[in-house]
Amino acid sequence: MERALGLPPDLKEGGYTVSEEDKFDVIIIGAGPAGIACAYTLAKEGRNVLVIERGDTAGSKNVTGGRFYTYALDLVEPGLWKEAALERKVTREQIMMMAGDRSVKIDYSDPSFSGEGEMPQSFTILRAVFDQWFASKAEEQGAIIACGIKVDGLIGENGRITGVRAGGDEMFADLVIAADGVNSMIAREAGLVPELSGETIGVGVKEIIELPAKTIEERFGLKPGEGASLLILGCTEGIHGGGFLYTNNESVSLGCVFTPSEAGEHGKQVHDIFQELKMHPAIYPLIEGGKTVEYGAHLVREEGFRGIPKKLYRDGLIVIGEAAGFVMNIGYTIRGIDLAIVSGVAAARAVISGKEPGPAYLEELKKINLLPSMKAVDGYFDLLEIPRMYAAYPKVASGIFNSMYSVNSEVPSGMIKRIRGVLKENGISLWSLIKDGIRGYRSI
Amino acid sequence: MSIQPIEAAELLSLNRFNVDEDEPHIVLDKDICNSKCRLKPCLFVCPAALYKLDKNGEISFDYAGCLECGTCRVVCKEKGIVKWEYPRGSFGVSYRQG
Repeated sequence: MERALGLPPDLKEGGYTVSEEDKFDVIIIGAGPAGIACAYTLAKEGRNVLVIERGDTAGSKNVTGGRFYTYALDLVEPGLWKEAALERKVTREQIMMMAGDRSVKIDYSDPSFSGEGEMPQSFTILRAVFDQWFASKAEEQGAIIACGIKVDGLIGENGRITGVRAGGDEMFADLVIAADGVNSMIAREAGLVPELSGETIGVGVKEIIELPAKTIEERFGLKPGEGASLLILGCTEGIHGGGFLYTNNESVSLGCVFTPSEAGEHGKQVHDIFQELKMHPAIYPLIEGGKTVEYGAHLVREEGFRGIPKKLYRDGLIVIGEAAGFVMNIGYTIRGIDLAIVSGVAAARAVISGKEPGPAYLEELKKINLLPSMKAVDGYFDLLEIPRMYAAYPKVASGIFNSMYSVNSEVPSGMIKRIRGVLKENGISLWSLIKDGIRGYRSI
Repeated sequence: MSIQPIEAAELLSLNRFNVDEDEPHIVLDKDICNSKCRLKPCLFVCPAALYKLDKNGEISFDYAGCLECGTCRVVCKEKGIVKWEYPRGSFGVSYRQG
């Protein structure tokens, strides 16, 4: 087993060695935030935990937008966030609507989000950096993180999952936890997670663009250490999706998310649409002079509560994190990393409780507010399904502002008449506006 | 270098890859792609633009440079992708930022 795992000597300490006969209490597949939070919590309680990660290091296969809501780390260990490898604390929340060269930006600045000496609400984050740090913390608690090993499949016995197969070796545990992310080949093989649909996921593409900290602070109006989050509507050529920009310490993460089913019929490469976003007159000045250092892509689940698999466990196996569909996109905030961590903690608490792990896990997910929170915002999916959100309404917004700020020698017409004119220009009937209004009201 | 549109291939060259020369993690049955699949959504959704049409209008694909997002697998309705797995352990893309 030692040979199979290729464990470096420093991972073998901790009071036990792994022999062929040994069985782990828990094997976790995937060293993302869900898997690591679970491993940390279990190892801290003295459980014998193995995390298997296919990347060379934890986080090396992972991409986020991204930002992270800090409370989740406090559930793992109070105060742990203080030493976490995070970027800037977000104090500016911005939404932009684009139409052609025009754009409208809402900029909400709230210094209290910096935590005012206490815990900041959220941070921008780079996953290769954060996950590796988080994994090192779980190791300090005694978890074994075995990187560079891909789990090929599960081992079952009389309907019960008893272990995993990896690179020709077999490893056994009382419980296997699938924390293998959005594509979750493992949870699908186990029959828990259904096949992904091109309508209910997004494909995100992202460039990391390096800029000096001072330049970032000047351009976004930030104090040192503070950050901005910018979400963009109307930059996807009408495809369901949107853009994002997050300020890191010395870079910005600029990206775009597209619904694959629509993007596949659009006739233009998602990469090309994204490249045009970089050159948009409202975006270019923010990144001018910067240097792209990495290009990433990842899927993200967009369905929210209704996309959670009907069964999150079977005998010997539990699913956590995005593999279990724990992502919340309500348009103006997008959450996933925090939910992953919360679900990892819930799974660990279920194991520690000594009860039957599967049902106990569901109970913990409720107690820790994860399922109730996702259920509370379930309707947003309907709101974000409105096709006019992604092209027509951003055009209406910029059209209205254009008419407000345009001055010439003509006699100005009344505001209502002008708004009607803008709606008509964009092919939106009063009836469809009312319908979308009712749908929006019901959704949220 | 200032900000400008960058070709996908050039963007990929910024990333760190350890390509598994012995075992491709994605395999196509190009007969299916060329004869059965009219829409070829993979041409448009692959963030790395690894699916292309050659001069005869037939599909060409190189798994080196794959960002392992899985989008092609999901949109492949005609099942021209006959194998889609993550690369073997430690192979493939390694993000330094993520």
